[in-house]
Amino acid sequence: MGKRILAGTHFMNGDEACAEGAVAAGCSLFAGYPITPQSEIAERISVRLPQVGGVFIQMEDEISSLAAVLGGAWGGAKAMTATSGPGFSLMMENLGLGLMTETPCVLINIQRGGPSTGLPTLVGQGDMMQARWGSHGDYAVIALCPSSPQESFELTVDAFNLAEIYRLPVLVMSDEVVGHMYERVDIDPDKIKIVERKKPSLPPGEFLLYKPGPNLVPEGMPSFGDGYKVHVTGLTHDERGYPIIDAATQHQNVVRLRDKIYKNIDDIVRVEETATEDADVVIVTYGISARTSLGALNMARDKGLKVGMLRLITVWPFPEAIVKAMAQRVAGFVVPEINLGQIVLEVDRVVRGDTIVRSVPHAGGDIHDPRVILEAIEEVLAHAS
Amino acid sequence: MPAKSRALPTPDLLTDVRHPMEKYLRMDRLPHIWCSGCGLGTALSCFTYALDELGLTDADLGVVSGIGCTGRAAGYLNLDSYHTTHGRAIAFATGLALARPEKKVVVISGDGDLFAIGGNHFIHAARRNINMTVLCVNNFNYGMTGGQFGPTTPIGQKGTTAPYGNFENPFNLPYLAASSGAVYVARWTSLDARRVKEAMMEAIQRPGFSFVEIISPCPTNYGRRNRIGDGLDELRYYQENTVIRHGSDPKHADLGPGKEITVGCFVDEPRPTYLELYNELVVKKNQF
Ligand SMILES: Cc1ncc(C[n+]2csc(CCOP(=O)(O)OP(=O)(O)O)c2C)c(N)n1
Ligand code: SF4
Ligand SMILES: [Mg+2]
Repeated sequence: MGKRILAGTHFMNGDEACAEGAVAAGCSLFAGYPITPQSEIAERISVRLPQVGGVFIQMEDEISSLAAVLGGAWGGAKAMTATSGPGFSLMMENLGLGLMTETPCVLINIQRGGPSTGLPTLVGQGDMMQARWGSHGDYAVIALCPSSPQESFELTVDAFNLAEIYRLPVLVMSDEVVGHMYERVDIDPDKIKIVERKKPSLPPGEFLLYKPGPNLVPEGMPSFGDGYKVHVTGLTHDERGYPIIDAATQHQNVVRLRDKIYKNIDDIVRVEETATEDADVVIVTYGISARTSLGALNMARDKGLKVGMLRLITVWPFPEAIVKAMAQRVAGFVVPEINLGQIVLEVDRVVRGDTIVRSVPHAGGDIHDPRVILEAIEEVLAHAS
Repeated sequence: MPAKSRALPTPDLLTDVRHPMEKYLRMDRLPHIWCSGCGLGTALSCFTYALDELGLTDADLGVVSGIGCTGRAAGYLNLDSYHTTHGRAIAFATGLALARPEKKVVVISGDGDLFAIGGNHFIHAARRNINMTVLCVNNFNYGMTGGQFGPTTPIGQKGTTAPYGNFENPFNLPYLAASSGAVYVARWTSLDARRVKEAMMEAIQRPGFSFVEIISPCPTNYGRRNRIGDGLDELRYYQENTVIRHGSDPKHADLGPGKEITVGCFVDEPRPTYLELYNELVVKKNQF
C-alpha cells in the first residue's frame, strides 16, 4: 500500500494539489471525464488511488461521473469528481440530486472562460453564480475558492470534511491559473484533520434517515448493506426518506436544506483579511483574482492609499455579516473577478447602498492587470472624498 | 414528522390476506401507484420471488431505479433502495457497485429511462462489465409522462407525441445488450412470470453485467392508444405471438406489429468483470 499523505515539500500545480488533497482526505472513489484544464487532477489521481486501495474510473461523461460519485458515497466511499465549465453544466441535475439526498462528496471545478466551449485553456471565474444557482429549485451550497496550489491541497481536504459535517456535495471553485500554476506545497500530516462519516447511533427500525440533529443536519448516514434498508430519493421526502408529494413536506424539506447551511454560516465561512484595519477601500475578491489584487494593494500602499483586501475563501455561503460590518467603516469596495460581475452582485446586495461598490470585470482569458484594479480604487477614493 | 401513510382499502374478505413476499416489500408504502392491468406489479413480484428462491436479503443486494413508472419499483422494495435521476440509475449503480464490490446491485427501470436518456450509460456499463443486473420493464412508451413514444416503440404504433404513428426505428434491446458486452441477456414477457423470475435469478447470480428485458403491458397509455385493449388483452397477445428461441442470435429478435415476440436467453457467457481486471491489471502493479 502506498501512502495517503505525501508528507514533505513538493513542487506541484494546483490541479495535482487537489488530487493529493483528496487522497489525503481519504478519497477512495474518483469518477470523472477528461476536460481541460481539469485533466491533471484525473491523471494524478488515476496514479494515486490504486496505490491506496481506491478506485479510479473514467466515465462516459460528466453526468455519469457525478452520478457514480453519489452512488459511491452511498456505498460508503469518500468520493470526488472534477471538471471544468461544460462538464460543470452537465453536472447540474445530479448536483441537485446530491443536495436533495444530502450526499457527502466533493466536486471540483477548474474554471475556464465561457460560455459554451469558450476558452478551454484559459482562465475564467464565470461559474460562480452557476455554483450557487445552477441546479433547479431552492437549496444552499458550500463553495471554496483556492488562490494557490498550497490552498488547493488544503481546501480539498476541507471540502471533504465539510461534506461529511453538513452532508452535501461541496464545491471547490478553482480556476485555470491556480490549477496550472506550479508552486511549493507543504504537506504536514500533523496539520491535516480528517472528519470521518458519522454512522447512525440508533439501530435499524428506530433510525430515521433524514431526522435532523440540533444543527439541522441528518444524524448519521448508513452505507449500502449496513442493514438500514434506506430509501434514498430525489423526490420530496419525509424524515423516513419516503416520497411525500405535498406542500407541507416540501416546505419542511427545502427550508431545512437551506437552513442547515445558513444557520451554521459562522462555522462554515472563512475569509482572509489583509491590511483592512485602517483601509478606506477594501478589495473583495477570491481565487486567482486575489493574487492580482494583492499586487494592486501593494501599489496603492506605495502611493500612500489606505487599501485592504478581503479574500473570500468561502464564497458560498456568502460571508454576509463580515461584508456588511465592513461596509459601515469603509469608503468603498472594489470587486475584481474574471467575469462580467457576479460576486459583486452579492456585495451590492449585502451593502444595500451603505458604501460604494465598484465592479472590476474581466471577460476571461487572462488575469487582471493590477493597474486596472488600482485605477478602480483611485476612482472610488475620488468619488468618496 | 413522517407523514401518515395512506390507509389501505381493506374489503372484509381480504383482511387476513397478506402478501407472501411481504418481507421484501415496504408495506407502509402500499398501495403502489401503478394502474390496474399494468405489468409492473408482476415484474416486481417476480423480483421478490427470485430473491426468495435465491435466499438473498438486504445484506446481499440493493436496488437502484431511474425515473418513470418502473422507476418507482425501488421505493417499494424493503432493501437499500436508491431512486435517482432520469436515465442515471446505471451511472449511480456503477459507483455503488465499485464502493461495495461484495454486494450485488440491481437496476430496475423503464425503456425510456434506460435506453433514451440513459442509453449511453447502458452501453458503457455493459462494455466495462460492471457487476450489476439491469432489469428493463419495456412497455414501449413513456408511461409516467403520459404515453409519448420512445426508443422501443415499434414502427407504426401511436404515442401522444406520435399521433400519426411512430416512424423511428426502435432498438432491439437484447441485440444492443449483447453487442455492448453483457454476459447474460434474456427477454421474457410479463405473461410468463415463472420464466421472468428464473431469468432474474440467473441474471443476479452472474458476476458482471447481466440484462433481462421484461415486455410488459401499459394499458393506460400504450395499450389504449394502440387499441390493444386492457392488460389482459395484451397478455393474450403475448400468449399468441411469443416464440422461445434460447441461444438464438438476438439480431433476429427485433419486435414490431405482425412480428412474433422472440423470447429466451440469448447470451450466457462469462467475462472478467471491471473490478477483476482493475485488481489484476492496475492494483497489482502497485504492490511491490
Ligand atoms: C431530465 C428529465 N427529463 C424528463 C423527465 C420526465 N420523465 C419522467 S419519467 C419519463 C419517462 C419514463 O419512461 P420509461 O423509462 O419508459 O418508464 P415508464 O414510465 O414507461 O415505466 C420522463 C420523460 C425527467 N423526470 N427528467
Ligand atoms: S401508466 Fe402504464 S406503465 Fe405507468 S402504471 Fe399505468 S399502466 Fe403501468
Ligand atoms: Mg416505458
